[in-house]
Amino acid sequence: MTERDIRQAIAKALGRVAPEANLEELSSDENIREALDIDSFDYLNVLIALNEELGVEIPEKDYSRLATLADLVRYLSTHAPQQ
Amino acid sequence: MGEFRMPSLGADMEAGTLLLWKVQPGDRVKRGDIIAEVATDKGDIEIEVFEDGVVEQILVEPGSKVPVGTPLAVIRSDGEQVSVPAESAGPAAPQRALSEMGPPTELQPPPRPAADRRPRISPAARKLASDLGVDIDTVRGTGPGGAVQRADVERAAETKGALREVSERATDRTGMRRSIAAAMARSNREIPHYYLATSIDLSATLSWLETENEKRSIKERLLPAILMVKAVAKALGAVPELNGYWSEDRHQPQESIHIGFAVSLREGGLIAPAIHHADRKSLDELMEAMRGLIERTRAGRLRSSEMTDATITVTNLGDLGVEAVYGVINPPQLALVGFGKITDRPWAENGAVGVRPVVTATLAADHRATDGRQGAQFLEALKRHLQEPASL
Amino acid sequence: MEVTYREAMREAIREALQKDDRVFLMGEDVGRYGGCFAVSKGLLEEFGPERIRDTPLSEAAFVGAGIGAALGGMRPIVEIMTVNFSLLALDQIVNNAATYLHMSGGQFHVPLVIRMATGGGKQLAAQHSHSLEGWYAHIPGIKIVTPATIEDARGMLATALADPDPVLIFENSTLYNRKGQLAPEAGAVDIERARVHRAGRDVSLLTYGASLFKSLDAAAALAEEGIEAEVIDLRTLRPLDDETFIGSVTRTHRAVIVDEGWRSGSISAEISARLMEKAFYELDGPVERICSAEVPMPYASHLEQAALPNVERIVSTVRNVVRTHG
Repeated sequence: MTERDIRQAIAKALGRVAPEANLEELSSDENIREALDIDSFDYLNVLIALNEELGVEIPEKDYSRLATLADLVRYLSTHAPQQ
Repeated sequence: MGEFRMPSLGADMEAGTLLLWKVQPGDRVKRGDIIAEVATDKGDIEIEVFEDGVVEQILVEPGSKVPVGTPLAVIRSDGEQVSVPAESAGPAAPQRALSEMGPPTELQPPPRPAADRRPRISPAARKLASDLGVDIDTVRGTGPGGAVQRADVERAAETKGALREVSERATDRTGMRRSIAAAMARSNREIPHYYLATSIDLSATLSWLETENEKRSIKERLLPAILMVKAVAKALGAVPELNGYWSEDRHQPQESIHIGFAVSLREGGLIAPAIHHADRKSLDELMEAMRGLIERTRAGRLRSSEMTDATITVTNLGDLGVEAVYGVINPPQLALVGFGKITDRPWAENGAVGVRPVVTATLAADHRATDGRQGAQFLEALKRHLQEPASL
Repeated sequence: MEVTYREAMREAIREALQKDDRVFLMGEDVGRYGGCFAVSKGLLEEFGPERIRDTPLSEAAFVGAGIGAALGGMRPIVEIMTVNFSLLALDQIVNNAATYLHMSGGQFHVPLVIRMATGGGKQLAAQHSHSLEGWYAHIPGIKIVTPATIEDARGMLATALADPDPVLIFENSTLYNRKGQLAPEAGAVDIERARVHRAGRDVSLLTYGASLFKSLDAAAALAEEGIEAEVIDLRTLRPLDDETFIGSVTRTHRAVIVDEGWRSGSISAEISARLMEKAFYELDGPVERICSAEVPMPYASHLEQAALPNVERIVSTVRNVVRTHG
């Protein structure tokens, strides 16, 4: 799985809960939930979507480490199942 | 015989635009079936029927905007005979009555359930519907025997297009704002609010939740908000005076606990659709219900009962970092419960100070219906339940 | 120039006789009497008894003779008084004229033209008034044309004669006295395509022969009610021009067929079937048919008129189709 796949999956998951958001403008170290005004239900849905798309298990204790785009990309590439 | 009327989907709603019918005359319906869609200031709402029976007559065509309470359709209840004009049933003119009654009712073929009825639709209409993306189940046929023809599909497509525009206009910020403005202004004008607040130590609750969530796959994990809703429902069981309405100048507590959960819309505004019988739902069921509700709220696919049935509102602004919410009651409800952000705070207990995750729960209640005493009892019950998550 | 249908047909025969020595006309009373509908009046004097031949009262004999002459290189025009009498020559038409090309392995064409009067409305009773052209349209190996207009009366014969295979021309007897304008240069016309006589968006009226004019009158009346009927003259019943009438129904989504034949097993049934087969998803309502009553044609005028398609029936059927079917 390439970083491009991961970024695409994130964009898709975010697009579903915040269709009007311009992801181009989201910088990689911005807090996603604050920048895109995503509440806890929606953020959980984003993580569920990423879990389904990429097969990455995300335990609850790691939620707090996943605030920015950079966090997500790093976490998902490290934890992605090896093909 | 029941008249199915334009429902009031909010205290401030005066009129709605009938978007489409999902049934036709002769269709069997049962309580809770969605039989129509209505455009309101708060979006398109799926309207449910309140009785079992058979649709006898459709009174309002799609596209019409009618005031709340206008009869939309006639529903013949089960066991009821086909309607006979009242004056002809009198004993004074039995002959006439008989002749006007037509063939005996038992000769009428029983109406078939809507589900297994093959729609009468012309081949050309079927093709056009597929070309235009019109769902033929929603098109009302005006041809022989109610057959759907091209003109009906064209009409439906036009109505759909035009009404989509109307409803888009209606649901833009202006319409939504105006509707919220009306309800909130009325609330502040008419309801003498009183406010109570309490801070709740959630350390036990959150560690229980953490353990619980570790056992669960990501999809089954619970959010703290679920525990809060459930605790409110349980606390209402202890203080039922806060659950219900102030209406017709009197306090009308309700037995069923339907919690309106405020969902803010990304394009602005908010809706607080009801989670039915929240007290009877398990945490898992609540989680599922809330997820569906939020999704449908955002997609504009709420049902009429969800728009109208809430007996209390819960709002959670913790995600946005606020400490406490002093809300405005959604009339005709009796109370609104608010939750702030769960924050680590210094906490004194047993003579020692520690750091605990704490949430502030507030109650805004209608002083016409209840007094501070009931409000305090409620918050106390809420705290107790929220601190015993295993009992939820 | 204003001419009658009869004069246009006579002019077509005259032209054919003038242009091609192989052409001759034969039939009952076509010579001295001038034809039972007076189509060939004057031709005997102009062309002589070799080319305008009166025949004995035996349809089988003179149609058979026509087939032989055609096989022998001539271009005969055989006139049969009415379609009812043509039944005496069915064996010649169906078993011989229609089959030789196939049975000879493509060696023997039968360039025969048979003209006959068809249809009711002149109080000629059941043995002279039927419309059996739809019946003939059942037979492979022959072409069936039904000139309704002055232009087609003038122009179809030449094309039929030029055809290497048998062509049957059905002339509705009520049309002979019909007057119309004909361009001085009018000549041969195709016998392949149906023609849209009036464009309309609401319903297609598919018809031929004398019913064309009833349909046009009905369409004019319907237009006053705001119903725009498209009127199509089929012109040729075999082979049918599917493309034209299906194209029309694709625009209007409704079809009413007006056919002077009987309903059961009629050309209207065939057209209706083709609409189901080839335009099912264009139909917004059932195909309707207006046909003659399924009785031997009555003699009494009011009964005969009641049995035939008429303007009122067309108007009310179309109105019903358009109003209740969308």
